[in-house]
Amino acid sequence: MNIVRDVLKPIGKGLKITMRHFLEPKDTVSYPEQRKEQFARTRWRHVLLRYENGLERCIGCSLCAGACPVRCIYVEAAENTDTERYSPGERYAKRYEINLLRCIYCGYCQDACPTGAIVLREDYELADYTRESFIATKEMLLEPLPVRDEVAEAAK
Amino acid sequence: MDTRVREIVLRDSSTPAIPNLEMGGNVLVTRLDEIVNWARRNSIFPLTFGLACCAIEMMSSAAARFDLARFGMEVFRASPRQADLMIVAGRVSKKMAPVLRQIYDQMPSPKWVVSMGACASCGGIFNNYAIVQGVDQIVPVDVYVPGCPPSPDALIYALIKLQQKIRTQRLGMLLELTPRTEPPALETSDGTRAIEASDNEVSL
Repeated sequence: MNIVRDVLKPIGKGLKITMRHFLEPKDTVSYPEQRKEQFARTRWRHVLLRYENGLERCIGCSLCAGACPVRCIYVEAAENTDTERYSPGERYAKRYEINLLRCIYCGYCQDACPTGAIVLREDYELADYTRESFIATKEMLLEPLPVRDEVAEAAK
Repeated sequence: MDTRVREIVLRDSSTPAIPNLEMGGNVLVTRLDEIVNWARRNSIFPLTFGLACCAIEMMSSAAARFDLARFGMEVFRASPRQADLMIVAGRVSKKMAPVLRQIYDQMPSPKWVVSMGACASCGGIFNNYAIVQGVDQIVPVDVYVPGCPPSPDALIYALIKLQQKIRTQRLGMLLELTPRTEPPALETSDGTRAIEASDNEVSL
């Protein structure tokens, strides 16, 4: 048995592969400090959108609740009045609740929505300690009111 | 404490001044708490408990791209005796429930449970007679992770939340005997909420 040919050379050959991998770029995304780029159609937490003038897009038609395969959406509609107007149509969602724990983030509600009110965005940091904290009400889901131009000017 | 002694202790240059002398007895134990919690939260050994598709994401989070080893959690243990954390990944059938409880009982204290995914947390799409509607009916759950399945990032976020929870725990606390925090009231200002937290009734 030749020590050099049968023992040392194969070891060197194997370690060469190991060393080559040491020099390759790292694949690890060190998550809390650095985030993985999300895909374009990532579906995570829901957001209820508004029109540019601040009115809610949701008209309380409950089509999202009907399309939901796990029945995790609850919508209760009410009539808009001239003094109290939330959405451009006749009705608006008085209560809009989603059980984020039961939800499977399939996006069927987004497909079903006739006004494009509900969309699934890429906020995936949803874990929590209690079941109760997963019920997202309308206030939590609605996107904030758009800042008017003159207000933004005044803030500058 | 005698005023004269207190003066000596506080003013004597050879004695280090100790603020809150009455609490002095707690200082040692408090620091011990922190050290023990530091050790516990940075070496959590999860139990290999993949029940369904969520397990694929759990395995993925231990692999090179997400690398749970950065948090000291890479050692997935096949024996409950060596595990600290049970990640219930997937739907729990009613036949599996007693097995799950037995494995939980075999784990040594302190132990934690992460309910991963919609199915383990509340049944998910399987609202039927065969699946347990939430693993918290069997074992106490520390962190719930929504998603179907949760991405490895979402799971790692939950594990970081678990580490934060362990940080606040006191030494010698029996996990199962501690009173759970009071759940927030389910009523809003305009009336009761429609979806209760434990939605167990079959709606279909």
